Amino acid sequence: MSFLNKVLAIVWKDVVAELRTREMLSSMLVFALLVIVIFNFSFELRVENIAQVAPGVLWVTFVFAGTLELNRSLALEMENDCLDGLFLAPMDRSAIYFGKMLGNLIFISAIEALMLPISSVLFDLNLILPSLLLTIFLGTIGFAAVGTLLSAIAVNTRAREVMLPVLLFPILLPVVISVTKVTGGILDGVPLGDLAHWLRFLVAFDIIFLVVSFMTFDFVVQG
Amino acid sequence: MSRSFRIEDLLNWLSALSIMVALYLVFVYAPTEATMGDVQRIFYFHVSSAWVGFFAFFVTLVAGIAYLRGGNRDWDIVALSSVEVGITFTAMAVITGSIWAKATWNAWWPWQQEPRLVLVTILLLLYLAYLMLRAFIDGEEQKARFAAVYGIVAFVSVPFTFMSVRWWQRLHPVVFEREGIHLAPAMLATFLFCLLAFTIVYFTLLLHRSRLGKLEDQAAGLKERLRTGEGG
Repeated sequence: MSFLNKVLAIVWKDVVAELRTREMLSSMLVFALLVIVIFNFSFELRVENIAQVAPGVLWVTFVFAGTLELNRSLALEMENDCLDGLFLAPMDRSAIYFGKMLGNLIFISAIEALMLPISSVLFDLNLILPSLLLTIFLGTIGFAAVGTLLSAIAVNTRAREVMLPVLLFPILLPVVISVTKVTGGILDGVPLGDLAHWLRFLVAFDIIFLVVSFMTFDFVVQG
Repeated sequence: MSRSFRIEDLLNWLSALSIMVALYLVFVYAPTEATMGDVQRIFYFHVSSAWVGFFAFFVTLVAGIAYLRGGNRDWDIVALSSVEVGITFTAMAVITGSIWAKATWNAWWPWQQEPRLVLVTILLLLYLAYLMLRAFIDGEEQKARFAAVYGIVAFVSVPFTFMSVRWWQRLHPVVFEREGIHLAPAMLATFLFCLLAFTIVYFTLLLHRSRLGKLEDQAAGLKERLRTGEGG
């Protein structure tokens, strides 16, 4: 089996498990909807133009729902010592990292894909724009890259569910800042050329954190 | 044993002396700033604390890499000690920065005008998370390993945070321009001396804290031996 096949085998395992239970996607979806509803009520009385807060609401929803998914993704592997079984498989640990990372990327993207049309209706804004999809995709890669590494750390601590956001959010801040800036810019009709430096910044973040996570993942899962 | 004691004694005295001189320079020697007045004097200690914070977290990064490569526990102790000292100084930078902001912009927290203050606060949160992480892991070896990885990832994120916070602010009108780097020679000399003094204090504290960490380790080892009845 080539490296790519091993990675895809792990992704496939996660996808099949999810398709059979549909636990994660359904709970993430309900959670994301609730976040949007709560934000709508808490902002609507104060903000005249919902487009002003829409990028922020959208990204808070994605980050919260995504954190839920990241927690779940490795907690599932802890049940019945599945993670140990995974490590016994004859493959490089980095294949496990990329496999889990791609799985997380797929699930978070799936939720985003579901939430975008719903948010478009709720905010009465057209959010399904190619430039916005690209931004969301770039942001989600960075999110999944750091999130997979840190969820592997958090899952081994005593306060799993609390630990992940505490570790993840300060590191994720550059991503959140840049994606909300770009999302806001796109909604305001700023030409994409003027936002290009943010997109390049996101690409740099994605690459560097993929490399750093890939290099350090081995140390997290050993022993 | 006696040699390391000499180094500590030397650093203790050096720290005390340099801080005294720094205080003299800040309050007596340095001229009063024309527009901001005496409150500008906070600048010397404020920037020096921020610098020590950055430097301390960089030391944690290096110690973390060294730990992961060799597995020597001493590096983990250095990394933890540096975070603790760094957090103290970063907190000082945040507090003095906030006081200065109140005097300059009449707001305790100038999100828009002063991105660097926001950055230092994020730094503080990052490394508070580092300490929290350590507190929630059982087992010394695992604790050291995870903390080293987090110390690396956290420090790598710092330039990104710095850049994004700067750019984020650039889209807003800049109401006040910082007085800039154009310091009078006497001010520059005071500033550089403060940097030096704070760096000396950092190394002194790091040395003491690391020694304490090692002693803790030894004590834990002795307790373990007593409990298991070995060598008794």
